[in-house]
Amino acid sequence: MTFRERLQAWRYNLVPDHAIGEILQKRWTDNAIPFLALMIVIVGFGSAIPGFFNLASLQDSTRQLGEFSLVVIGLTVVMLGGGIDLSVGSVFALSAFSSVASFFIFGLPPGVAFLAALATGAVFGAINGYLIGYLRLRAFLTTLVTFIIGRAIYDILVVSFGVQVQLSDATSDAWDFIGDGTLGGLSVSVIAALVLAVITHVALTRSRPGWHVQAIGGSRRSAHNAGIRVRRMVFLTYVFSGLCSALAGFLIATRLSGAGPGTGQGLEILALTAAVVGGNSLGGGRGSVVKGLMGAIIVLVMTNGLIRLGYGTGTNQMVLGLLLAVAVTIDIRWLKNRHKVLNEVYVAPVYLRMGETQSATPGSGTPYALSNRLSQAEAIGLGEVEGPEDVILDRDDHLYCGTRHGEIVRYFAPDYTRSEVFAHIGGFPLGLAFDRAGNLLSCVGAMGLYQIAPDRTVTRLSAETRRSWTSIVDDARLRDPNDLDIAPDGKVYFTDSTKRYDAHDWTLDSIENRATGRLLVFDPANGTTRTLLDGYRYTNGVTMAHDNRSLFFCESWACRIHRYWLEGPKAGTAECVIRDMPGYPDNINRASDGSYWMAWLGMRTPSFDLSMRHPAMRKRMARRLPQDDWLFPNINTGGVVKFTEAGEIVQTFGDLSGESHPMVTSMREHKGHLYIGGILNNRIGRLRIVGADPDWTAMDAYWGKRG
Amino acid sequence: MAKPPQSYLRTLSQERIVLWITVAIFGLAAAALPGFLTVGNLLAVIRSVSVLGILALGMSVVIIGRGIDLSMVAVMAMSVAWYLQLLADGMTDGAALALALAGVLAVGLVNGFLVAYAEVPAIFVTLASGSFVFGYVRSQLIPQDAVPAPVGHWLVELGQMRPVGIPVDVYVFAALALVAFAFLRFTKWGRYVYYAGDNPVAARNAGMPVRPMQVLRYVISAFSAFAAGLLTAASLQSINTRVVNSTLLSDVVLVVATGGIGLSGGKGGVRNVLIGAALIGVMMNTMTIVDIPQLYQNLIKSTILLVAIIVDGLINPRDEQTAQQGDI
Repeated sequence: MTFRERLQAWRYNLVPDHAIGEILQKRWTDNAIPFLALMIVIVGFGSAIPGFFNLASLQDSTRQLGEFSLVVIGLTVVMLGGGIDLSVGSVFALSAFSSVASFFIFGLPPGVAFLAALATGAVFGAINGYLIGYLRLRAFLTTLVTFIIGRAIYDILVVSFGVQVQLSDATSDAWDFIGDGTLGGLSVSVIAALVLAVITHVALTRSRPGWHVQAIGGSRRSAHNAGIRVRRMVFLTYVFSGLCSALAGFLIATRLSGAGPGTGQGLEILALTAAVVGGNSLGGGRGSVVKGLMGAIIVLVMTNGLIRLGYGTGTNQMVLGLLLAVAVTIDIRWLKNRHKVLNEVYVAPVYLRMGETQSATPGSGTPYALSNRLSQAEAIGLGEVEGPEDVILDRDDHLYCGTRHGEIVRYFAPDYTRSEVFAHIGGFPLGLAFDRAGNLLSCVGAMGLYQIAPDRTVTRLSAETRRSWTSIVDDARLRDPNDLDIAPDGKVYFTDSTKRYDAHDWTLDSIENRATGRLLVFDPANGTTRTLLDGYRYTNGVTMAHDNRSLFFCESWACRIHRYWLEGPKAGTAECVIRDMPGYPDNINRASDGSYWMAWLGMRTPSFDLSMRHPAMRKRMARRLPQDDWLFPNINTGGVVKFTEAGEIVQTFGDLSGESHPMVTSMREHKGHLYIGGILNNRIGRLRIVGADPDWTAMDAYWGKRG
Repeated sequence: MAKPPQSYLRTLSQERIVLWITVAIFGLAAAALPGFLTVGNLLAVIRSVSVLGILALGMSVVIIGRGIDLSMVAVMAMSVAWYLQLLADGMTDGAALALALAGVLAVGLVNGFLVAYAEVPAIFVTLASGSFVFGYVRSQLIPQDAVPAPVGHWLVELGQMRPVGIPVDVYVFAALALVAFAFLRFTKWGRYVYYAGDNPVAARNAGMPVRPMQVLRYVISAFSAFAAGLLTAASLQSINTRVVNSTLLSDVVLVVATGGIGLSGGKGGVRNVLIGAALIGVMMNTMTIVDIPQLYQNLIKSTILLVAIIVDGLINPRDEQTAQQGDI
C-alpha cells in the first residue's frame, strides 16, 4: 500500500463524514442553531450581568417573558399559516387599555376586564383576518397599516382618559394577584404562557385545524385545491393572534395597573425578530411553538441584558435589526439550499482495497470461469413479471415470486403459464422462505419482515430491532431487509443490508461501500428481533447449513461468504469461508447434493475495484455528476455459483448472451430443476440440472416429507 | 366614430379618482376656509409635501420594481444627523459629506444585495436595515436625538433662499421629480424598472440584468432619502432623529399607494407621486386649518391608507392559483 493510499484510507475510514449528512437529515437540526444561540445568549448575559440568575430578578424577567411569549405564540401561528402580523403591538396596547378602562374607569370586576381585553383582541384580529384572509390583501402592509391605526387610536385614548385611570381608586385582590402573585413560584403570566404553548403545540401538531394551518403555510395553492377552507383558516389565525396579544395585554395591564404611552412600543419588531430568530420560516409551513419560545427568550434576554449593561438609546434597535436581518437571511438560504447540501454531502464513500481475485473469464480454467448454461433456461412469465428478486416453490410445486409492485405472484404447476396475485404487501418483496406451517415469509424492502399465511392474510412480523448506541440515523428501523431463512426451531434469520439508504437506493450504498449491513434474528416465540452481527458491507443472502448448526450469509460489496455458527464451540461468531470472489454475491440456497447455490448479481470490474481505492474520487463523482454518469458495479453479467460447505467452488453458470439472465439475484433448486430470479429481470428462468436428485425439494429438506 | 358615453367611467382609474377627490377637497377648502386660497398657504402646501414627495419618488422607483424600502426614513434622518455631527466634530465639509454619502451608498447596496442576491423579501431586509441604521447611528455615532446644523453652513443658507419668492424646497422637489421622470421614461435602466416589476422572471429570461438593477433601485431610494434629509435639515436648521418613530414612513407609502402606483409593481410613474402628494398636502393643510389635532390627523391618514390598500387589493386581486408562495 502506498503512502498516498494509506492516507486516503485513514482520511475516509476514520473521519465520520457520513455523520454530517445524517445529522442534516434530522428535523431537529432546524432547532439546533436557535438552541445554540439561546445557550450562548443566556450564558453570555448571565455571566456579564451580576445577579442575572437570582430569584427576584428572574421572577421579574420571566413575568415579562410570559407576556412576550404569548404574543410570539400568536405571531408564530400566523406565520405558520403563511401570513404575518405586525399589529400585535397595537392589539397588545389597546387590549391593555380596554381592561384598564373597564377596571379603573367603569369599576367592573377583573373578569369583565379580562373579557373586554379578549374582545378587543378578537375584533382587531378579525379585521386583520378579514382583510388578509377574505380580501386577500398583502399581510405585511395591511397589518403595518392596522398597526398604525391601532397605535393612533391608542394614543388618542391614553391622552383622553389617562388622567381618569390614574385618579381611580378601584382595587381588587384578584387583579393584584394576577399582576403580582405567584402560584408555586411561577407568576400568572408564565403559567398562562406555558398553558397556551402546550395547547397550541398540541393543536398544531395533533388536530385537524392545526394541520390545515400548516398545510396552508406549506403550500397555499395545494391546500386550496385539496379542499381546505384556506380563507377561513387564515382568518382564524389572525383572530388567534389577536386573542394571544389581548391576553398578554391584559396581563401587563394587571402588572402595571395602568397603560402609558410606551405600552407595546416596538413590540412588533421585537416579536417578529423573536419568531424568525427561533427558526419559524417566513411564508409559512415550517415552524413550531417551541421555536417561537426559543426566539422569545433569546430576544428578550438580549434586549433586557443590553439595557441592564447600560448601553444607550438605539442599541436595542441596532441589535434587533442585525438579528432580524441575519436570521431572515439564514432562514431563506437554508430553506433554499438544504436539500442541495444534503444531496451533496450524504454519500460519504470509504476506502476499501478489494483482494486479488481469480478470473471468471470463460475458458480460463478457474472454478469461477463462466459457462453459458443460464442462456439455455426456459422462461416463465416472460414479459409479465417485473423484478422477481427471489423465487420459491411450495409442496404442490407452485412457484412464488415477489414483484416490484409489492405483490407476491403465484405461478401454477405444472407448466407455470397461469398466474395469480397471491397477496399484496406493498414495498418491494425480496427474500422468500416457507416455514413449517406453510406460511410464506418475506423480507420486504423498505418495510420489514412479513408473513403471508396460506389463507393469504398478511401479517407484519418485524419492522425494527434495538437501536444501537452510536448510530445517528435511526437504525432501529429496518431499511433494506433483504433475505431470510428459517431454523428448525422457527427462528427467522434475516439480513438488513444497509442503515444508510432505502432499499431502492442500493446502488448508492455500493458506491459508498460503508459497512452498515446487519444479520438479525426474529423469534416468533416472543415476537422480538435482535441484531446478531453488524458492520458488514451489504449483507444479502442467508441460508441455513444442511445440518442447521450454522448459517451462511454473504457480504455483497466485499464479495465474501461468511458462516455464522448457531451451535458448537464457535456459537455466536462468524468466520469468512469464501473471500475475493470475482462477482457480487446475492441470495444463497441449499442444493440437493449437500452443497449450496449462490447468485451473483454482478461482476467486479478493475475500474470499479480501483474506484474503491479512491474514495475522494467517488465523493467528487457523487457531488458533481448527475447520477446517470456515475460509475456503478457491473450488473450486466451475473451468474449462479455452486459451493461446498468447506467453501470450495464447484461450478459457475453464466449467461454470456446477456439476454435471459444477465443479473441473477436468486435461484432455487426443486425436483432437479433450478429456478432463477433477477431483480431487474422480466422473467423467471427454469433450468434442468444434470445429475441432480429429481425428487429433492427444499420443503422436504427443511421440514420433512409431507405426512 | 363617437365613443359611447360610459367610456369615461371605464377609464376611471384610481389615479383619476384620487385626482378628482383632491380637486374636490381643494374646491371645498377654497370655498369654506378663509385663508386657504392664498399664495402663502398654497406655497406652504407644496412646501409641506416636498420632503414627503422626494421620499415618495425614491420609494416609487423601488415599488414599481416590485420592492419596498422601509428603511428610507431611518436613512434620511440618520445619515444627515451623522453628517451634521461630523461637521460639529470639526471635520471638513467635503470629508463629512463624502463619509455620509458612502454610508448611504453602503445601506443601499446592502439592502439591494440582500433582496436581489440573497433573495430575502424586501420588506424584512429594509425593516431590519432601518432598525439597524437608526440603532447604530443613534447609539454609536451621535450623542443626542437632535443634531443642529452648524451656524452659517450652506445648508442653513440654502434653507433660507427664496428665489422668486418660492421656497427652495419646492425647486428641489420639482427638479428631482423631473429627474425621476426622465429616468423612468427615457433611460434604458428606467424601462428595466417596469419590466422587472411587471414580471421579474420574464425580464431575467429576456436577458435584462435584473439583479444589478434591483440593487441600483435601493441605492436610488437611499440617496433620495439623503436628499430629503438634507432638505429637512435646511428648512429646520437641524435634524431630529425621533422622526424615525413618527408616521412619516406610512405617509410615504400613503403618497405612493393613493397616487395609484400598484404595490405589486410594474405600474405608475412620477405623475402618480405628484397626485398622491397633492392629495396628502391639501388634506393635511385643510385639517390643520380646521384645527384637527395631530393625533386625529394620524388616525385619518392611516385610515385613508388602509382604504387605499383595500382598493389596490380589489383592483389588482390575487387568487389562489396564481399567488406566489411566501409573497407576503
